[in-house]
Amino acid sequence: MFSRRDILAIGAGGVAFATLGASPLYASAADDLIAELTGGADLGDGVIDLIAPEIAENGNAVPIDVTAEGAKSITLFGEGNPEPVMATYNFGPLSPTRGASTRVRLAQTQDVIALAQMNDGSWQVARATVKVTIGGCGG
Amino acid sequence: MASGAKPRVRVPKTASVGDTITIKTLIKHKMESGQRRDDDGNIVPRSIINRFVADFNGQNIIDVTLEPSISTNPYFAFDAIVPEAGEFAFTWYDDDGSVYEAKKSIKIA
Repeated sequence: MFSRRDILAIGAGGVAFATLGASPLYASAADDLIAELTGGADLGDGVIDLIAPEIAENGNAVPIDVTAEGAKSITLFGEGNPEPVMATYNFGPLSPTRGASTRVRLAQTQDVIALAQMNDGSWQVARATVKVTIGGCGG
Repeated sequence: MASGAKPRVRVPKTASVGDTITIKTLIKHKMESGQRRDDDGNIVPRSIINRFVADFNGQNIIDVTLEPSISTNPYFAFDAIVPEAGEFAFTWYDDDGSVYEAKKSIKIA
């Protein structure tokens, strides 16, 4: 248990230390990371299109497709992963759709969260629950 | 993982000015997460590709920060605008300092 938390602390930086004593739940770690990134700003919804399978037989490669029109960047979180941040997309001037598809590892059944910062500086969030049959963290 | 990380990129050969095209990229890489343990119970050290950048004629399309949660053989598919004929440049950055590159040119039809 300790090594997992240590790893979490490395990944999450300072905010993890506050979480460490408070709650062992990864869910709160992801929420804390989001709060840290957004500075506690209001999170809108409805702009992000997050496509994830409802059931993933193999957690080693779960296809995640996310787009958010007018987004500057999108960060993907896996609430139940040892390191909640999975990837961050920063979009350049030649990205028309502001999105990408990739494949991620999910350790267990959990919510995948997409957090987008829009060009006007506001934030958008979307969640999708993925049921994982075989976890993807090895071990 | 300096050897054997082989990038594969799919880009259309031609497009019209202002077209939106879809690009698919994949690089062969084990993406060792730093979470796994070997048979002796020791943690296998993290070794991943931590950044991927796609540019066209020096203008950025997407710049991705990868974490250990990205699957083996990282795959990204995304759209790009083609403002003119030119060259796409794709770059992957490995934890071990290696940099892998692929380039694809596109003509205006």
